Amino acid sequence: MDKPVNQKAWLLVLPVVATVAFSAVIPLMTVVNYSLQDIFDPQTRYFVGTEWFREVLNNPSIRAALGRQLLFSLIVLLIEIPLGIGIALTMPRRGPWVPVCLILLALPLLVPWNVVGTIWQIFARPDIGLLGRLVNGLGIPYNYTGNPLHAWLTVLVMDVWHWTSLVVLLCYAGLQAIPDAYYQAARIDGASRFAVFRHIELPRLKGVLLIAVLLRFMDSFMIYAEPFVLTGGGPGSSTTFLSQLLTTMAVGQFDLGPAAAFSLIYFLIILLFSYVFYTAMVRLGRAEG
Amino acid sequence: MSLQLKGISKTVGGETWIDDVSLTLEPGSFNVLLGLTLAGKTTLMRLIAGLERPDRGRVFMHGRDVTEVPVRKRNVAMVYQQFINYPSMTVYDNIASPLRIAGLPRREIDRRVREEAERLHIDHLLDRLPSELSGGQQQRTAMARALVRDADLLLLDEPLVNLDYKLREELRAEMREIFARRRSIVVYATTDPLEALALGGNTAVLQAGRLIQYGPTLQVYHHPATEHVAYVFSDPPMNVVPGRLDGEVRLGDSTRLPLPPHLRQLPSGAYRFGIRPSHLSIVRRSEAEVAVPARVVVPEVTGSETFIHVRHHDVDWVIQQPGVHLLPIGSGVTMHLDPARLFAFDPAGRLVAAPEPWAAGRV
Amino acid sequence: MARIQLQQLAHAYGGRPTRPEDYALRRLDHVWEDGGAYALLGPSGCGKTTLLNIVSGLLQPTEGRVLFDGRDVTALPPQQRNIAQVFQFPVIYDAMTVYDNLAFPLRNRKLPKAEIHRRVLEVAEMLELTAALQRPGRSLGADGKQLISMGRGLVREDVAAILFDEPLTVIDPHLKWRLRGKLKEIHQRLRPTMVYVTHDQTEALTFAEKVVVMYEGQVVQVGTPQELFERPEHTFVGYFIGSPGMNLLPVTIAGNSAVVDGEHRIPLAPQLAAQAARSARTLELGIRPEFLQLQRQVTADGVPARIAAVEDLGGHVLVTVVLGRRTLKLRLPEGSELPSEQAWLRFPPERTLLYADGRLIIPGGGHG
Repeated sequence: MDKPVNQKAWLLVLPVVATVAFSAVIPLMTVVNYSLQDIFDPQTRYFVGTEWFREVLNNPSIRAALGRQLLFSLIVLLIEIPLGIGIALTMPRRGPWVPVCLILLALPLLVPWNVVGTIWQIFARPDIGLLGRLVNGLGIPYNYTGNPLHAWLTVLVMDVWHWTSLVVLLCYAGLQAIPDAYYQAARIDGASRFAVFRHIELPRLKGVLLIAVLLRFMDSFMIYAEPFVLTGGGPGSSTTFLSQLLTTMAVGQFDLGPAAAFSLIYFLIILLFSYVFYTAMVRLGRAEG
Repeated sequence: MSLQLKGISKTVGGETWIDDVSLTLEPGSFNVLLGLTLAGKTTLMRLIAGLERPDRGRVFMHGRDVTEVPVRKRNVAMVYQQFINYPSMTVYDNIASPLRIAGLPRREIDRRVREEAERLHIDHLLDRLPSELSGGQQQRTAMARALVRDADLLLLDEPLVNLDYKLREELRAEMREIFARRRSIVVYATTDPLEALALGGNTAVLQAGRLIQYGPTLQVYHHPATEHVAYVFSDPPMNVVPGRLDGEVRLGDSTRLPLPPHLRQLPSGAYRFGIRPSHLSIVRRSEAEVAVPARVVVPEVTGSETFIHVRHHDVDWVIQQPGVHLLPIGSGVTMHLDPARLFAFDPAGRLVAAPEPWAAGRV
Repeated sequence: MARIQLQQLAHAYGGRPTRPEDYALRRLDHVWEDGGAYALLGPSGCGKTTLLNIVSGLLQPTEGRVLFDGRDVTALPPQQRNIAQVFQFPVIYDAMTVYDNLAFPLRNRKLPKAEIHRRVLEVAEMLELTAALQRPGRSLGADGKQLISMGRGLVREDVAAILFDEPLTVIDPHLKWRLRGKLKEIHQRLRPTMVYVTHDQTEALTFAEKVVVMYEGQVVQVGTPQELFERPEHTFVGYFIGSPGMNLLPVTIAGNSAVVDGEHRIPLAPQLAAQAARSARTLELGIRPEFLQLQRQVTADGVPARIAAVEDLGGHVLVTVVLGRRTLKLRLPEGSELPSEQAWLRFPPERTLLYADGRLIIPGGGHG
């Protein structure tokens, strides 16, 4: 509501503008620049137009990775969101157990991402890992380094272990914001537990859930460190996701042009999805107001 | 230090919140902003304070144009509906905080804090934290903090609205004393006509962002410029009924009253007649009163009096009757009405005749 | 609808109560008759919401029993007590239409569709919500939402009582009287047992046939609005009901008079004076600002006083007078003629009450 009366305020924003310019805008421009040129060495470069973009879009391994990536994000959302809601609903709303629950839940979020990969790499190994030995001991020939399905399952379980807490914490905060009177009214109206969830909790969690979905989608779509450490993208390329492929292309093979085009497309996909979620959220907010 | 608003307007999102308001407030004056919710009281206060800039018009302090001067440099104090205090500071430190910021000597601060606390009857609570106080005491602390600065301009935005009615009543009764003998210009926004009357001073009535009337409070009360002013400056609101004047007063289709002296000079024609609920009665009080049969819609008992909502030929009336009267809903009741108490408005709602304030000698 | 009995009821939050002050609600015995309209009135923290929550079953009392029509429901949860409750802030299912909101309690109880439809329409008509039935509940104003909350109680024909917890807090002041009227009208039409908690005297006195005034966890008076105004049985009732509240003066008794500060004598009814003289407790004289009279000339029963302030409040005049070291308020009709400064106060004996340790002294009866 208040208009800035003090023009000097712009000076205070200047450092941030400069930092963002150097850390984001200029590198992005460089990437755009690279994506339109073929570079042999710093002196030798040719303008190639949209060739890299066409090449990237037609590259079968990138297409396959994109498919895997979408599938992965979809499964992650389908598991983590309902699971997160479920756990949040079963948590105590007040009392001495609240801080205990919150700390336990926060633990996976505090572990550095590559360490998560390492933990699971060892945990799931069939020879010395606790999980791997246990599953094999049950008579199931489990080996995530050899079997693509097992590798997928391991990556998924790891992601669920790592990130469901975030969904739980968000939902828990949303649930805490519902006044007691709503629950009391529902009890008086004779509503079943499911009806309480369906008609009180879910409508009031909408906003929080959209944020959770957005965050989990973006994060899972950009997943890199954990599967890289755990499976290295294998066996074969069965768990090679977009970011890993991109790194291989840019750093491993030094194909800067195609890598730049690839990362721009990658960036645009994420932007598109975020935009869709954002507009959905704003619409919902308006309908509520 | 006088404050002058010249043609102030403010539009927010295509909606006009304040519409061409001009007003001059004198130093040391007490001014009530009266209006319904969303009439623009808070917006006007924010414009006066400098928290917002008007889209059109200028603000002058002491003859100097301060329209562009930010609130920090205007020496303004404000009290809000919510009880806003620093939660980690004692009452003493809360009240002292603006003086410390101003860098006053310690002894001067101590003297002024104690003086203000005493005037607001919180001098026994100086060591407490706000969370240990009742709502009334918290608001007294917030008011003391605003008052202690001796600001040029003191703005209060419905400060009593969130208090229980008994605490509201107590603080309201003290207000006149609290604001007496100050050099600040005080502006006090409220929706409650009783607060305006208890505070005295001048009253400005706002309607949909426009200033409708400004003048001494009792003058505005006895001569409301429009039907709307009469409506907001009466609790319960004034009864207004369409009617005609042709040698006698006709209310609605059926009720006829003899023409009272103060309406005699008016030409015949259509009018809207107003009468305060306190001037209606279910018992006959004088020879001049005319009886009108009506039906009880609901009696509201406030304690000392009863607001009897009645209906007569599809017109709703409110009678303010002293004492407790639990009349059954739907029962018949006779309403007594003195034509000498009628306000007359033209069909557009502008006042054309008001009764003399009730003659003295009716103990 | 049910008759509600509270037997030896008391409640303390947390821990074992040892002193009377530990109780949020001190021991009380009480009956709410079937079809009555009751209000629980008192300032915040007086225990009225505690009592309401015990009746609704949201809270288990520390001691005592709650009976509905003679049946002990103390241990039953709210859904098994057949009560309905309207809360301070409108509670509606905001993803549902008004119709679905009203139908919700019946659907939960698995009533036949046609029956649900009939009852929803009936209640909607009574609450004047028929036109809004297909609109989303959240699109209504606060007053409409509170009507929906009440409607969810009214649709159930088996409902034992409807409880209201300060239901008009968020309603625009100019709309309040309509809702008060609506509540009263519905009570007269359906005669449900209604219990209404509020700190607002107007709401309590307008709504209720009997008002239960609470103060510091105790019931200090149960009475009709008229009784509370004219004969408050406790000084707190005198203070709390009426604007301004009752004038209270510490007094001693000498003969047939009450003596203020050892010098000003106020004549009393002889029987009352005799009763009070026997009491060893702290005595206070109480008189309402409406009943105190102001005279310009000295009379036999007049007490000299000085006028300190006159406030013209439009509909009435509020006069502050000083009697010795004490201040009293008078409420006079608009246009009253007042003496300039010196005046004589008259305390009509039939309106002058005495209190011992805060309790009304009833001549020939002891303490109220």
